[in-house]
Amino acid sequence: MKNIVKHRVFWPAVALVALLMLNAIARPSFLSITVQDGELYGSLISLLRNSAPLMLVALGMTIVIATRGIDLSVGAVMAVSGAVALTIIADSPTPEAPGTIATAVAVAVVVTLIAGAWNGFLVAVLGIQPIIATLVLMLAGRGIALLITNGEITTVNSAPYKFMSQGYLLGFPFAFFVSIAAIVIVVLVQRRTALGMLTEAVGINPEASRLAGVRSRGIIWGAYAASGLLAGFAGILYSSNIMAADSNAAGNLIELDAILAVVLGGTSLMGGKFSIAGTVIGVFTIQTLKSTIVFLGVPSPVTPVFMAAVVIVVVAVQSPLLRRTALRAVGSIRGSNSNTTEVAK
Amino acid sequence: MPVDKDVAPVIEMRGITIQFPGVKALDAVDFTLRRGEVHSLMGENGAGKSTLIKALTGVYAIDSGSITVGGEPRTFHTTADAQAAGISTVYQEVNLCTNLSVGENVMLGHEVRRAGAIDWRATHREAARHLEALGVNLDTRTGLFSHSIAIQQLIAISRAMVTDSTVLILDEPTSSLDRSEVEQLFGVIRELRDRGVAILFVSHFLDQVYEISDRITVLRNGKLVGEYEAAKLPRNELISSMIGRQLEDLAELSSSAAREIDRSSAPVLKASGLGKKGVLEPADLEVYEGEVVGIAGLLGSGRTELVRLMYGADRSDSGRLEVHGKPARITTPRHAIDRRIAFSSEDRRAEGIVGDLSVAENIVLGIQARRGWLRRVKRSESDSIVAEYIDALGVRPADPDRPVRNLSGGNQQKVLLARWLATAPELIILDEPTRGIDVGAKADIQRKVAELSAKGLSVIFISSEIEEVIRLAQRITVMRDRRKIGELESNGLHVDDVIDYIANEGQENVA
Amino acid sequence: MTDLKTAATSPLSTVLGALNTFRSRHASWIPVFAAVLILVVMFGFAQWWFGNFLSLRLISALLLDNAYLLILAVGMTFVILTGGIDLSVGSVMAFTGILCASLVSQGVPAGVAVPLMIAAGAAIGLLIGVLVHYFDVQPFIASLVGMFLARGLAFLVSLRSIKVEDEWILALQSTRFKFGDFYITPTGIIALVVVVVGVLLLQFTRFGRTIYAIGGNEQSARLMGLPVVRTKILAYVISGVCAGLAGLVLTAYQGSGYPLNGSGAELDTIAAVVIGGTLLTGGSGYVIGSMIGVFVYGTIAILINFLGAEQSWKRIIVGGLLLVFVVVQRVIVTRSSRRT
Repeated sequence: MKNIVKHRVFWPAVALVALLMLNAIARPSFLSITVQDGELYGSLISLLRNSAPLMLVALGMTIVIATRGIDLSVGAVMAVSGAVALTIIADSPTPEAPGTIATAVAVAVVVTLIAGAWNGFLVAVLGIQPIIATLVLMLAGRGIALLITNGEITTVNSAPYKFMSQGYLLGFPFAFFVSIAAIVIVVLVQRRTALGMLTEAVGINPEASRLAGVRSRGIIWGAYAASGLLAGFAGILYSSNIMAADSNAAGNLIELDAILAVVLGGTSLMGGKFSIAGTVIGVFTIQTLKSTIVFLGVPSPVTPVFMAAVVIVVVAVQSPLLRRTALRAVGSIRGSNSNTTEVAK
Repeated sequence: MPVDKDVAPVIEMRGITIQFPGVKALDAVDFTLRRGEVHSLMGENGAGKSTLIKALTGVYAIDSGSITVGGEPRTFHTTADAQAAGISTVYQEVNLCTNLSVGENVMLGHEVRRAGAIDWRATHREAARHLEALGVNLDTRTGLFSHSIAIQQLIAISRAMVTDSTVLILDEPTSSLDRSEVEQLFGVIRELRDRGVAILFVSHFLDQVYEISDRITVLRNGKLVGEYEAAKLPRNELISSMIGRQLEDLAELSSSAAREIDRSSAPVLKASGLGKKGVLEPADLEVYEGEVVGIAGLLGSGRTELVRLMYGADRSDSGRLEVHGKPARITTPRHAIDRRIAFSSEDRRAEGIVGDLSVAENIVLGIQARRGWLRRVKRSESDSIVAEYIDALGVRPADPDRPVRNLSGGNQQKVLLARWLATAPELIILDEPTRGIDVGAKADIQRKVAELSAKGLSVIFISSEIEEVIRLAQRITVMRDRRKIGELESNGLHVDDVIDYIANEGQENVA
Repeated sequence: MTDLKTAATSPLSTVLGALNTFRSRHASWIPVFAAVLILVVMFGFAQWWFGNFLSLRLISALLLDNAYLLILAVGMTFVILTGGIDLSVGSVMAFTGILCASLVSQGVPAGVAVPLMIAAGAAIGLLIGVLVHYFDVQPFIASLVGMFLARGLAFLVSLRSIKVEDEWILALQSTRFKFGDFYITPTGIIALVVVVVGVLLLQFTRFGRTIYAIGGNEQSARLMGLPVVRTKILAYVISGVCAGLAGLVLTAYQGSGYPLNGSGAELDTIAAVVIGGTLLTGGSGYVIGSMIGVFVYGTIAILINFLGAEQSWKRIIVGGLLLVFVVVQRVIVTRSSRRT
């Protein structure tokens, strides 16, 4: 029992379950799932479907954060990806052909892979702070996306493209399978190889890792490239959902949701140990929270207030000050005013 | 000039104890500083010098004991409190702001104001006046970054004088100064002393300590060894009081000093004229197969700097390296690892262990880094390696899944040793592997080193404990003041011989 | 005693010596000159290309259209100089703007509404500062909380735009003081006053110098006995106050409050500050530089308009400029750390 409680994913999981239960009590329809033409519908199913883009972005963000970094450009990269894919489809004489779709998706994700590699180059090779390095693309990315679509919102009609976010497979939304595939691949790549462990080593103690012979430059570079790639797929899903490349709205503020999901999942922003399971739970928590807020009749633009409240609670719980205060309350009073003297002066 | 005992002490610290998690950093230490004296604080790594200074300047809170300044009992919570009481500190890595001008650094927080706004002309004039008082003439409007460390030290001292400090603490101020710069600094120190300022001086350079000090206090392992008058304390006595005598029950370990080393083939690693400006004067070192070469010398003697250059952890700017007689370019740790050279840093926490990873992960990290991320060390393989080394080195607790940061220092050291031994190196460089660890772990590590070297592993072994070096090594390189001063055969050598050598040799050899 | 460089004798070495003195005295102004150079080059190019580009009207427009950004940039300069960052400014501007519009539309006099909105900005700044300092939260995350909070609060006040009919507030934009072709409105004057106050605070008070000291080396500042905690928190409060003022100026400029205002303004602000020569690592930069940075930003927008190009080019060019400056800064920082 103690081991379960101590597990890093325990508290995030408890939070998610509590949130789900609250919803279930408040609105019994929350848990109901109906079958229509062999396809499942219901709040929980939409949850699985709608969370897919955030899931992909958050997975990439987890790896980047594990290296002590951060990737602010994911939203802009999503916009680029959608713009590239839809422009190719719109310009193609055969927008319905699977070949066209495959080409569009492939080109889009190659472009975003390059974008991610660019971030990695700035961070790992030039040594620029991650926040700043990715800020450049965050700024320029949407401009590039708008340029690709000539400043318009490109729309297309293409059943196979639409299928990716809105279609069903074996009764479940196709987007859900995309999430699953991404989770499985990331887990395999990180945990079946030594990449996960080496990434954590670089994030925890870069100097010790260097002296131990770890090639940290390549590892950091790879993390940003992976984040770019995953954001690219997220951009495809997003544009497929609205069947339009909206360069301003695509992935707007998603970098913040993704960071929040990673933190909620118990991965520290200081880098090091990361938990893919935790991030998955974090993504579902955020998505459930958003749907709860909508259900409560709060207009969705007000959602950020709740997000802010959640972050404040999480950082307060994780903060050394609170722990010190708690320790002090229990034990000695030594140095209890060492933190306040400076302010008082 | 030595000061009378009767001069009223400016600072009296009595029974100072500071407890850190798992270790007593200071254990009932007394320290007295008098008006108009230069008082050196001496001790090896972990002796408690910097902890004592931090207790005096309000950085650390003391657990027990008392601090009296000018006869009044005081408690400092911040450095600002200490400064208000007239205690200023100048640190080794000068704590000024390189982005600001010289004058501003002198006056920060004490700028001259008129009608609420800073009067820059008056401020710079004031700064220039304080600098001139120390014999420094320079344009106070120039950026601090454009001046040498030596000048920055003097600027930091001027700053202390702005606040009318009665006590000036100089923490290793000379470690990056050249001879003439040291002269200038000493001139300033003497000047201040004659004005009645009490000066607490920390340096690793024995010559400098003897040159400037009136009195010397020695600490060892957080305890006070004694307070001496500099003029009456012979060098070798000072050195032996700093390093102490190892009376623990390690005698059962047989000495490897007499073991014959075959030096007919090319050395495993040979450094010629390896050096770096301001860090290490060019030095030679060679290690043969199966040989343990010890490096004896105090902290700051250049021992760590030398091996870091040999491993590629830092870049040298002179000299050559040869591996098995062939020239080798080693500028990064990867180059060294590819040539089967391993290095365990003296700073276990910052440069050795990866704290949040498990014991097992820390052990396989070396092998894994060599193989690259794609070829993961299989679980079964890792389990057997980890089990083997936990057993062979006696890592306690023998739990491979425990985060390594929760282990004691000695066991962390064993984990690091295991990490490198698992990569099957030809040469392993161990920098202070036995520092701050318990006797049992120390004996385990010494035994392992002796055993492996007898089987052909080459070792470079650095330790502040000279007994240990003599027992393990066949040859000892002696270093002092960032210079290699000689080499000794360890067979039949006594600790006092080495201490005398450090104390007296080199002085005569080099003018 | 100290042997400094021996006095130069030949004319060439006199010039070199003067250059050297200048470099060691005013190194941190060099990036500002670079920004001025970019501005001049852009003006020169436009004048040559369009013939009638430069005029006093243009200067007026440049100032008035970017007044809100200029105010934000001054506040951001304080925060970045300490080595922090404030992502909340755009949202705080939107929140205080809509708050003001909502209050005056309910009959609250402007004399009450304006201090309230500035206090709201200050409160969010204080929250960020407290999170940064007492809870050890990275500035980036802490100001993100402020950003979320302010944006949500903006929508909580109103989901749609509110028209402002208060004469006092509208007068801030409609009153024009003319000096020949050059004209300025009270909003422009507010922006310029903020710049002047910013300069005075940073250059002529101990508080301002402590900001620079913290950005240069926070540990040193603490060891020098400077009031680090108070100063750092105050920097975020100043940024919040500036965001509140920017909300007022933007509301007057647009004649309405809109909860979606200023999304992305934090990035534009950071870009302008960096282009104006402030080091993102802190400790080096000037409010005047940030003002130049805002003008560079505004000129890029005008040029793109004149050229009839896509507005999306603006973000790309600003992003590109940001990249160039960041890389150059990185090189400078690496160089200077090698010197010692």
